[in-house]
Amino acid sequence: MPNMSLKKTYMPVQNPNERNKNFKEVALGYNEEQAINEANRCLNCKNKPCSLKCPVSINIPAFIEKIKEKKYEEAYNIIKMSSSLPAVCGRVCPQETQCEGGCVRGIKGESVSIGRLERFVADYNNSKNIKNSYNKIKKNGVNVAIVGSGPSGLSCAGELLKNGFSVTIFEALHKAGGVLIYGIPEFRLPKAIVEKEIENLINLGANIEKNVVIGSTITIDELLKQGFKAVFIGSGAGLPKFMNIKGESLNGVYSANEFLTRINLMKANEEDFATPIYKAKNVAVIGGGNVAMDAARCAKRLGAENVYIIYRRSEKEMPARLEEVEHAKQEGIILKTLCNPVEIHGDERFFVKSVECVEMMLSDPDESGRRRPVEKQNTNFKIDVECVITAIGTSPNPLIKNTTPDLNTKSWGGIIIDSSTGLTSKENVYAGGDAVTGSATVILAMQAGKLAAKAIIEKFSLN
Amino acid sequence: MFKILQKKVLHETVTLMKIDAPNIAKKVKPGQFIILRINEKGERIPLTVADFNRESGTITIIFQVVGSTTKLLNELNENDNILDVVGPLGKASKLDDIKKVALIGGGVGCAIAYPIAKYLNGKKAIVHTIVGFRNKSLVILKNEFERVSNKFILTTDDGSCGEKGLVTDALKRLIVDCGENYDEVIAIGPLVMMKFVCKLTKKYNIKTTVSMNPIMIDGTGMCGGCRIIVDGQTRFACVDGPDFDGHKVDFNTAIERNRMYVEHEKREYDKTCNLLKRSNIK
Repeated sequence: MPNMSLKKTYMPVQNPNERNKNFKEVALGYNEEQAINEANRCLNCKNKPCSLKCPVSINIPAFIEKIKEKKYEEAYNIIKMSSSLPAVCGRVCPQETQCEGGCVRGIKGESVSIGRLERFVADYNNSKNIKNSYNKIKKNGVNVAIVGSGPSGLSCAGELLKNGFSVTIFEALHKAGGVLIYGIPEFRLPKAIVEKEIENLINLGANIEKNVVIGSTITIDELLKQGFKAVFIGSGAGLPKFMNIKGESLNGVYSANEFLTRINLMKANEEDFATPIYKAKNVAVIGGGNVAMDAARCAKRLGAENVYIIYRRSEKEMPARLEEVEHAKQEGIILKTLCNPVEIHGDERFFVKSVECVEMMLSDPDESGRRRPVEKQNTNFKIDVECVITAIGTSPNPLIKNTTPDLNTKSWGGIIIDSSTGLTSKENVYAGGDAVTGSATVILAMQAGKLAAKAIIEKFSLN
Repeated sequence: MFKILQKKVLHETVTLMKIDAPNIAKKVKPGQFIILRINEKGERIPLTVADFNRESGTITIIFQVVGSTTKLLNELNENDNILDVVGPLGKASKLDDIKKVALIGGGVGCAIAYPIAKYLNGKKAIVHTIVGFRNKSLVILKNEFERVSNKFILTTDDGSCGEKGLVTDALKRLIVDCGENYDEVIAIGPLVMMKFVCKLTKKYNIKTTVSMNPIMIDGTGMCGGCRIIVDGQTRFACVDGPDFDGHKVDFNTAIERNRMYVEHEKREYDKTCNLLKRSNIK
């Protein structure tokens, strides 16, 4: 019997006033009963509008059918055929604009909660420690180097390994996972889950070399000379942008990258870890994306009393996932929309004292389709804060570009690729993810990694 | 894991370590740095490479015990391992066009100045080295510098070794009294020292390069914590530097930014000292 409820099955979450003081996962996930209940809302449409909107084309109705039948391992294998990081995607994908945005149930009422179901299936299988069945894959003897262990690299590696390739992943930091480790906070994506996904890849045969900066320790050309037949560059968009306003050098001004890395990678929030972090009572976060939400909610958890999100458009235009904005508001984050910082003021000790903003209004839509914000004259006002975190985007790191002369890039640093294969201007060198697009989402990076893997498989499996 | 092959105590608070790091040794050039992390709970700290040997695959670091991480690093011995070492990071110093240089090293900054002196001397450039220390007990690399310098002046604040005075006094004398013409002055040491060297050389219009060592995490351009102001623009010391045109660096801002975590650092340092004391008693 289909469940005709217009609403999604409720997923338990930690109480907002408790969770804004700890770093444990906010959303607690479905249990079996809840998952089956939600799965029964799926009408198993023949034309699969959900799958069509999934960047990695997961056969969504098929895996949901398996949940209905309580065949969770089979459900997991269906997802795994298309996605190498199900437990991650179930948590961080912007489902409302992808799979769930296509769901027929969403026309009248709420869509099926595909993200939560994906998460349930992945967590269920990870907790059962089911060994994957790829161990007996015959190796084809072709070595591929992957630059960066973030979502695009991991997804590319996963596809290649399943097809018999040998893969070495190079990571600049001391821990693998890229943005999944240094960027997305524990309360949204527990690190144990990322570690588990990486462990799965290692079980498939992936070799991970940490503390190696490609472009410096080893160049792309050297990788090719060392015998790697192909290279996939998934080095992300690591370079934080600043606003270039007065006062950005003051102590207490962080890029979101730095603030989040100190917490997520270096565990500065834990007493016995050595890395310091500046804990302020009043914090302003600039930006309206997921990273801004993450930074604001981390600041709250570090003990800040007032955390403001300063965003120049209105809440409707915020690029963050709906759920993150909702969660942030529940946790007491104050949204200051239609408001833009113009200067950061400091005290005599060179620390932040306040941020000066100006009110904005929305005019006609710009090329992004969102209405363009314009300053309202003479509306300047100050917010007293001791910490300002800028989350206004990142651009690709120039290290690889600078040391690979025949790799063509756009003026802002994005690597130019053939969109159907991921191939760059350099033979046998592929790229994908934020290194190509600038800051985007985990799932788009995974899609790009998969696409390049397909092209590599086609080219090198023939020989 | 990166093995410590040799440890040499240069004096009470300055130590030299030779580390097995073949990938880095193969590539590193004078002026570049590494980032290391001692243990799972440790922080990442940048240290400039003081020397390297491409054949044996080793790099040398020289560090001063200034905080908790360097204190713990100093506790490690030969055959111990450092958990993470990554590099080479930053741009190499641009040295190839220099025919005659005044090289200024202050305190442990001499560790970075030395490979530059060695390199330039090897390229037959004229190297005038001025090194400054607070007192005699802190002097390092004296013999090494003497071997690779055409002129060598050592100053101490209290006159307990070499000349009494500051490096800027000696530099001024070379420029004004001796009429030396330098292609470039390279200054490496405490921010205040570099600031005053630049003030002096600006007056005489001599190109001056400084090596910046701000707080950073990843060393690859990701955190932006190491940003400094050069010619009014925000630059990242880790990828745009660490060398910059000293006449364009905003030293006052850099000095303030380096003080961001002073209180935390002091607390951590005391905690580490106490821990070490207790474990030594046991």
